[in-house]
Amino acid sequence: MGVAVTIETVFFGIFSLGALAGAVAMFFLRHPMRVALALIGTMLSLAAIYAQLGLHVIAVFQVLIYVGAVMVFMIYAIMLLDVRDRSFTERFSPLLVAGLAGLLLLVGVLVDGLLRGEPVVTPVIREDVFSVGTFAAVFMDEFWVYFALAAVLLLVAEIAASAVIDIRRRGEDLAAARREKLDE
Amino acid sequence: MSDANLLLAVSGMLFALGLVGVVVRRNLLVMLMFLELMLNGVLLSLAVFTQLLGAEAGAVLMFLVFVVAAAEIAIAVPIVLLLVRAGRTLDPGSYAGLKG
Repeated sequence: MGVAVTIETVFFGIFSLGALAGAVAMFFLRHPMRVALALIGTMLSLAAIYAQLGLHVIAVFQVLIYVGAVMVFMIYAIMLLDVRDRSFTERFSPLLVAGLAGLLLLVGVLVDGLLRGEPVVTPVIREDVFSVGTFAAVFMDEFWVYFALAAVLLLVAEIAASAVIDIRRRGEDLAAARREKLDE
Repeated sequence: MSDANLLLAVSGMLFALGLVGVVVRRNLLVMLMFLELMLNGVLLSLAVFTQLLGAEAGAVLMFLVFVVAAAEIAIAVPIVLLLVRAGRTLDPGSYAGLKG
């Protein structure tokens, strides 16, 4: 029995292909900056899928938080650490064959499960359920404790990152002072 | 295959590619990016089920996972920076001697 192909299915297919193409490119690209750009392409394709599913708020957060914050931070780190060592000249570890075998196994299990299982009901896009207003009301009425916990987690992460860098800096200062003493 | 099946398949493939990338690649920063890819794969399936069930809680959970991912990367990148300052390499195999 044939399945009717709607315009939604075509767009889901295009964005899914974009996401998968970015992920496969990440696997083969050598320079971390190109890998980061491929990951950004995957994230943007996923944001488009979220928007098509009606989750506009999540699509905006995907672009703002993932692409706008996490990946920008990652790109700064890549620019700071332009190390051309063995990790640059030899892309893959000795576990390449085992990893590819694992990938084939995982994809095989997935395809088998999807072909044998009953098709999941096609998503019905409900504009009102996931609008910004509804999201904000639910978020601040029912989940404000989790919001506060997430804010505390971010604060702890910031403090921990600063502490890690500060401990290192203090250690370097002490080592420099000791060296100066020895020189005298 | 329905749209939801297609998206769940993509989600699984992204997770599998991310997992294999973490195992196979040699660069610490690239491995971190594959971790993010795995997280994105899982989030896609969460988005599909959120939409199927019409549950606002799923959207809130996705937002909170975004925040946790930002916190995770805020910790992980300074650790990589410190490792590279100490060992001058991004190859995780060079840090096999780390103990505690």
